[in-house]
Amino acid sequence: MKGNDAIGEGAVRAGCRYFFGYPITPQSELTHYLAKRLPEVGGLFLQAESEVASINMVYGASAAGARVMTSSSGPGISLMQEGLSYLAGAELPCVVVNMMRGGPGLGNIAPSQADYFQATKGGGHGDYRLIVLAPNSVQELFDMMLKAFDLADKYRNPVMVMADGIMGQMMEPVIIRDEYEVQIPPKPWAATGMAYHEGKNLINSCYVIPDEMEIHNLELQKKYNEIRPREQVCEDFMLEGAEVVLVAFGTASRICMKVVEKARDKGIPVGLIRPITLWPFPEKYIGEAAGGDKIFLTVEMNMGQMIEDVKLAVNGKAPVYHYGRLGGILPDARDVLTEVERLYRGGGAR
Amino acid sequence: MKKMFSRPKSLKDIPFHYCPGCTHGIAHRLVAEVIDELDIRGTTIGVGSVGCSFSTISYFDIDMLQGSHGRGPAVATGLKRVLPDRVVFTYQGDGDLAAIGTGEFIHAATRGENITCIYINNAVYGMTGGQMAPTTLLGQKTKTTPFGRDKDVSGFPIKVCEILTPLEGAAYVARVALHNPKSIIKAKKSIKKAFEIQIKGLGFSLVELLSTCPTNWGMSPLEAVKWLEEKMIPYYPLGEYKTCGGGDL
Ligand SMILES: Cc1ncc(C[n+]2csc(CCOP(=O)(O)OP(=O)(O)O)c2C)c(N)n1
Ligand code: SF4
Repeated sequence: MKGNDAIGEGAVRAGCRYFFGYPITPQSELTHYLAKRLPEVGGLFLQAESEVASINMVYGASAAGARVMTSSSGPGISLMQEGLSYLAGAELPCVVVNMMRGGPGLGNIAPSQADYFQATKGGGHGDYRLIVLAPNSVQELFDMMLKAFDLADKYRNPVMVMADGIMGQMMEPVIIRDEYEVQIPPKPWAATGMAYHEGKNLINSCYVIPDEMEIHNLELQKKYNEIRPREQVCEDFMLEGAEVVLVAFGTASRICMKVVEKARDKGIPVGLIRPITLWPFPEKYIGEAAGGDKIFLTVEMNMGQMIEDVKLAVNGKAPVYHYGRLGGILPDARDVLTEVERLYRGGGAR
Repeated sequence: MKKMFSRPKSLKDIPFHYCPGCTHGIAHRLVAEVIDELDIRGTTIGVGSVGCSFSTISYFDIDMLQGSHGRGPAVATGLKRVLPDRVVFTYQGDGDLAAIGTGEFIHAATRGENITCIYINNAVYGMTGGQMAPTTLLGQKTKTTPFGRDKDVSGFPIKVCEILTPLEGAAYVARVALHNPKSIIKAKKSIKKAFEIQIKGLGFSLVELLSTCPTNWGMSPLEAVKWLEEKMIPYYPLGEYKTCGGGDL
């Protein structure tokens, strides 16, 4: 299955019946898939007039209680930031796929990870969090859509799935587990009309009185503080005995797996930690892995964004370095290996 | 004794925060009365906007959504597509609908989205303190057009009904005014017709209500009503601009 189709099919299997979006490369193929697939299952694919409209349509559909998603890339995700802040503020669940591309500005359509800060540190205004997932295989793209919708409903919070053009194009076998049963929780809070529930339902993020706004914020923070320890997910690869620990997500983590194998062949003890949730960041696992005389190297397709979270997690227990390529260029495994060797032999920061 | 006048059920029993002489309150009341009369309180969902009327979400005693500035018609689209048998309306000011939200209302109309927009044209930005709105008349003084709106600088006031009329998806387009009892009765009829057209599934409907903002116009409520009649109506002619299949309602 192609990555784009896996995202689409995963969403459908997760019970998502509504998609609102606006064309942009490199995520258009996902929309082509859903434009065909959603009507087959009685769902709706609607091309909006802009990403601003898309995310607000998502807001309306989510408020009505539906499982709903949108997808976009770079400039389009930027346009959605106000809407995402409203969704988070009004505690509305939804899933947003970001097929990251090179930026800033119009940039290009090549794969990138430069939207890490935007996704994990806010992007829109106000104190809010998105749950951010970072798959690295087609199987995971599929599975993660199921998980994304569950998390969104469980916490009434927008969830972002971060992928890139390479993953969308990748062809890999996917096992579709039949036993997966979609359980969409009841949504007694949804604005479906007063004839359908007791009392009046209000979907809102506006609290004019500062005391009330603070209380609402504290409640949001309480939720984020529940999510933070509970939902951290990461995976490690040949971490046993590693003296150099690579940290990478998504496409970069696949490259790093090759680097680890090649380095081990050469007798250099290298391992990989791959964050699967970018928020909450797997700080606990990385923090615990940071004992001894290890060196950390984050490999990212950006100028060094996730490194800040790795540094916080490592908390001074080990030096943390960064290797990155920008503008849509993939790190080359050989170059990463050279950097690993240099650091291993005592070369510090450049 | 027969009670001649009472609060519509669709309005909560809380005082409006609007300034004296502001017609937002009248517009709320008309919408609420129509909801009551059509007996659709349990199946109607409103989308509030950002402007002086941000509290509509609290005032109406029906399910409500707070929409972001200008995006009401997109929010209403998402809602209506999921719940096609409900009645969905937006309540938006002229800054909200006709400036920042221009794309959303036009495209909701072109899609023939089965929603109703209640559009308050008071020729000014009320909430943010009296700046120029897209509907501010030429020569009209506002905080950001202190010498009067100059067409060479700010262009011309936007006529929403006239823009919508040729769009095939627009089923009902009307402009009414809230400056005297006779007009208010007409306004209510238009709002009712818009909702009925939505219930019949005929397409997009919008009612533009010419309204007052005495505070930011720097006038007494009486002067404001007079200004609306003498200055706004000639530029924004009243009437039903389009009524699709609405003749036999
Ligand atoms: C994205 C965004 N930009 C600007 C604002 C600030 N703002 C709030 S209300 C408003 C204008 C409202 O004017 P109008 O729609 O005419 O409604 P009125 O207050 O006159 O009833 C503006 C610009 C905002 N809330 N959001
Ligand atoms: S500022 Fe104007 S629009 Fe706002 S409540 Fe006062 S009179 Fe009404």
